[in-house]
Amino acid sequence: MAEHRFGVEAGPRGFRFSRAFPFQAPGKALREKRPSAAASFATHHLTLSFLSAVALCGAWEWAGLVPISPAFPTFSETMAALWSISADGSLAGAFAVTLQPLALGLVISMVLGVGLGVAMGLSPKTEWLASPIFIVAQSAPLAALIPLIVFAYGIGLTSKTIVVCIMAMPVIVLNSFAAVRHTPKSLIEMGESFLATRSKVITRIILPAASPVIFAGLRLGCASGFIGAVLGELLITPTGVGDLITYSRSIADYPTMYAAILSIMAFCVLFIEVLGRIEVTIFRPEKRASS
Amino acid sequence: MTALAHQFFADPSPVTDCAVSVLDVGKIYAEAVTALEHINVDFPRGQLTSLLGPSGCGKTTLLKIIAGLLPASSGEVFVNDRPVAGPGPERAFVFQDFALMPWANVLRNVAFGLEMRGIAKSEREQIARGYIDQVGLAGFEARYPHELSGGMRQRVGLARALAVNAEVLLMDEPFSAVDEQTRRKFQEDLLSLIAREKKTFIFVTHSIEEAVYVSDRIVLLSPRPGRIAQIIEPAIERGGDPDAIRRHPVYLDTVDAIWQSLKTYLE
Ligand SMILES: Nc1ncnc2c1ncn2[C@@H]1O[C@H](COP(=O)(O)OP(=O)(O)OP(=O)(O)O)[C@@H](O)[C@H]1O
Ligand SMILES: [Mg+2]
Repeated sequence: MAEHRFGVEAGPRGFRFSRAFPFQAPGKALREKRPSAAASFATHHLTLSFLSAVALCGAWEWAGLVPISPAFPTFSETMAALWSISADGSLAGAFAVTLQPLALGLVISMVLGVGLGVAMGLSPKTEWLASPIFIVAQSAPLAALIPLIVFAYGIGLTSKTIVVCIMAMPVIVLNSFAAVRHTPKSLIEMGESFLATRSKVITRIILPAASPVIFAGLRLGCASGFIGAVLGELLITPTGVGDLITYSRSIADYPTMYAAILSIMAFCVLFIEVLGRIEVTIFRPEKRASS
Repeated sequence: MTALAHQFFADPSPVTDCAVSVLDVGKIYAEAVTALEHINVDFPRGQLTSLLGPSGCGKTTLLKIIAGLLPASSGEVFVNDRPVAGPGPERAFVFQDFALMPWANVLRNVAFGLEMRGIAKSEREQIARGYIDQVGLAGFEARYPHELSGGMRQRVGLARALAVNAEVLLMDEPFSAVDEQTRRKFQEDLLSLIAREKKTFIFVTHSIEEAVYVSDRIVLLSPRPGRIAQIIEPAIERGGDPDAIRRHPVYLDTVDAIWQSLKTYLE
């Protein structure tokens, strides 16, 4: 809130005087002009997001009507299908199944990934040990690895959870690692000069300083994890949302197939949004203060 | 050292009561960079001593060795006659880039040193508020560093160092990141701070004017490798009008003589 920031009447005083002129609050002439109500509604970010969503849905509807491909349903058909799979409980049932490897995989990736990444950032030894694995894993062709995973762990929950982890973990680990490694040196020296112990330096300085990049990694990693969950269900055995997609494709019920894809995407976006909120609430008080 | 400089400066008076003494300190960085060589200098208690010299002559290195943030390659530093093995409660550091925690508000930043010393929250916040007030930031306790100007941020850094009530304040070019007007204001404020607090200040700067304006003693360093070129005591009366100092003939002559002396190292 810019008004709030400039609204301070008392500029800071000097050590002795109160006329340190560089600090004076800007006068009226410098105040921001308030836009009119209509203009501020038109440029509000919610209005803009809504408009862009409407434009996207409209383009989709038009593309479905043309049609680009007989296998591409219109937006309204997809919405109708979404309504019907929601109403008959098949979507909820599918989610209940898909969520198991997804949730398990994401929790493992987040906890282990951040832990490992931070450990690598703090100690060069761990870095040498672990970083090659994740750099390789990040570029691994997952589809080629799946037969190996199935061979080793079967077609059940374990394999699907592993697929989620392979997708989610590398970016979480590598981001956490880079975040810790790039803590400003002067902040660490500041901590040491004010007698912080090593553990206090880690918890009070390194982790808070690293948290924005760690969370960026978590958001990217979780999005990949969602892809991994569906990929696992498509490539290992069709269950849950993957089954819904495979089955509706096999009977050429494309609206339902797209509805299933859309719903998992929407869920993913929602999840990542919640993650962002958690970050700001717990770790970035300065962002709360300025937004 | 030019003949002029020799004629102009009297020999520094011997230090009787030193808070910090540096004994034959040398520092060799990796890749065989000799940053400091045979540094012997005493810092008198209750006075402000500047470390002055061109860029790269090892001012920051020496200050960090005194702070215990950097080990010396040879020699030793004593604070109150005890050898330095790391940071200690009797020393506090003011950083050139402020080194404020962006996620913590002014109050938490200022109270950080007290927090690390295990002082209870209510007590440390009370102490911190006092120093925030003293540096002229009352009303800004709940603000975050990104909401402050550069000058205000450095006041936070100064309040944080003052809050731990250390005897020795180590300041690494504390005013170099603020504009010229703010800098002059800071220099005046520093003089009144020195008069008020009986602390030992070790102050790094590469501004000759700044050094002569605020210092009781100036340690001139020469570069490659960093050595002590000269120790100067500007004989300037600092009691009265702060602006009068800048017009004082001794001030102007000292600035000029230091410049003549430093010029020889720049060629
Ligand atoms: N971490 C380091 N590794 C290797 N060499 C270094 C390191 N830090 C400083 N040096 C070298 O040591 C010398 C002194 O550096 P220092 O930072 O102490 O200079 P300074 O007098 O503070 O300079 P400035 O006025 O630019 O801040 C320089 O030649 C620099 O290149
Ligand atoms: Mg320096």
